[in-house]
Amino acid sequence: MSKVFELKNIYKTYRNDGKEFTALKDVTLDINEGEIFGIIGMSGAGKSTLVRTLNRLEEVNGGSVSFYGKDLAKLGARELSHVRHSISMIFQGFNLLNQRTVIQNVELSMRIIGMGRAQRRRKAMEMLEIVGLADKADSFPARLSGGQKQRVAIARALAVDPKVLLCDEATSALDPKITGEILDLLKKINRERDLTIVIITHEMSVIEKICDRVAIIDDGVLSEIGYVKDVFSNPKSKAAKKLVFPSNPFDPSGEDGKLIRIVFDGTQSSVPFIANLVEKTGLKVNILSANTKSVGGIGYGQMILELPQKEEYRKTITDFFTGSGLTVTEVN
Amino acid sequence: MTDYIKDAIITGVGETFVMTFFASLFSYIVGMPLGVLLYSTTKGRILANRHVNLIVGFIVNITRSLPFLILLVLLIPFTRLIVGKSIGTTAAIVPLTIGAIPIVARMVESSLSEVQPGIIEAATSMGASPLYTILHFIIPEATPSLLQGGAINVATVLGYSAMAGVIGGGGLGAIALQYGYYRYEKEVLWTTVALLILMVMLIQEIGIRLAKKTRKN
Repeated sequence: MSKVFELKNIYKTYRNDGKEFTALKDVTLDINEGEIFGIIGMSGAGKSTLVRTLNRLEEVNGGSVSFYGKDLAKLGARELSHVRHSISMIFQGFNLLNQRTVIQNVELSMRIIGMGRAQRRRKAMEMLEIVGLADKADSFPARLSGGQKQRVAIARALAVDPKVLLCDEATSALDPKITGEILDLLKKINRERDLTIVIITHEMSVIEKICDRVAIIDDGVLSEIGYVKDVFSNPKSKAAKKLVFPSNPFDPSGEDGKLIRIVFDGTQSSVPFIANLVEKTGLKVNILSANTKSVGGIGYGQMILELPQKEEYRKTITDFFTGSGLTVTEVN
Repeated sequence: MTDYIKDAIITGVGETFVMTFFASLFSYIVGMPLGVLLYSTTKGRILANRHVNLIVGFIVNITRSLPFLILLVLLIPFTRLIVGKSIGTTAAIVPLTIGAIPIVARMVESSLSEVQPGIIEAATSMGASPLYTILHFIIPEATPSLLQGGAINVATVLGYSAMAGVIGGGGLGAIALQYGYYRYEKEVLWTTVALLILMVMLIQEIGIRLAKKTRKN
């Protein structure tokens, strides 16, 4: 599997009114060909800056960003422009020209690479068919809904047959239903065209739905990276835990009460653990909260349980769960 | 009103139109690129350049802060150099153009500044050069606003053209001054004033309609 992007120890610092602000600290990661790579973090974590270093909309202050082995920082204006033709980008705010029709917008990316008028028209129509907006070709963006605008932006981005599509919070301005449709479209394009997609988001649901691998950025630092299923079943860093596990709103019933979290990692989601526990040990637990989600068709879940008072019972229960292959952690 | 004056007024309307048209045209030919330069060299924009921005901005500010009447007088030798004379309609076009350039430049700059930064970022991400971005992204997006600003500029030039009457320029301003003011012919004065107001309103109306027609959002 060849590497599309290689980021090595990148740093990005902004200077504002004499004050320094470090947006990225020592970030190292690779993005592979054909994968859907997610970058998630809270707002202000540096993920938007990170994605902008991939097409050099942001220059890095340290480290290097390579695209198919070419160090972006070393490219001249012409070469950079050429590289950017293979790295398309879509945005949260769509960034369409309001004074141009839908088809003219789609043609823009092709005009930049110098494609002839007739060929441009044909390709633009073809792209609009793919995103399902062929009937809107002569409408102006102001007449379209948010989801439709993003589809036009996707058509514009893909018309030049890029190798990579960068999505900067592309679904954050859309409602959940439309978000789902756009993500399905991206997934379809990824499969059919073998297009590498990099997705920046603050929504875990976006990562769950389509990403193969995920990087978690927290305060400018890469706190965790891995396959989505691994990060979901066994988040290691604090930032990852915070994103994967919703905060627990419940307190133990007594002062010396103890809460634990058990995590299913997909393979055991069909096993009735609680029933097994009662049957085998005769001990009961109180389920405070539980949720499951589907990541790539596999069920992942977690439960918050309150354990009985007696220390030996607690040990028996935790041993039972650990013995059944679940991850058990204490909840404070 | 005698037929003689009526004829003079009709000629005056024609001269005012000629002065306004050419002065506006020439001031856009120079002022538009200046406005683009002011806009794009500002800090954080696509051709950010502190020195260019400072120098162009300085020149524009100086010319703009000179009262137009003073500029008229100051420019007499320059006008003579360019058109060979310093009075008449053609001569008035020179100071009118010079006076309007900085106003046009600032108006263009302000219209371009309204364009969302995201559109420029999108253009850059597609590999567009700064010049391409200006010509094919920024200016088309700013067109309705540029037209609206254009109407205001043309109306300003028309107002200035009346002042050119003071130093021997033609047009309605000269008639208002010579017949209306110096000869106390109130009727002539009010007629020319009414005509000037009508012309300004006409220009505004056309400009606004054009802007509305082009605006798609």
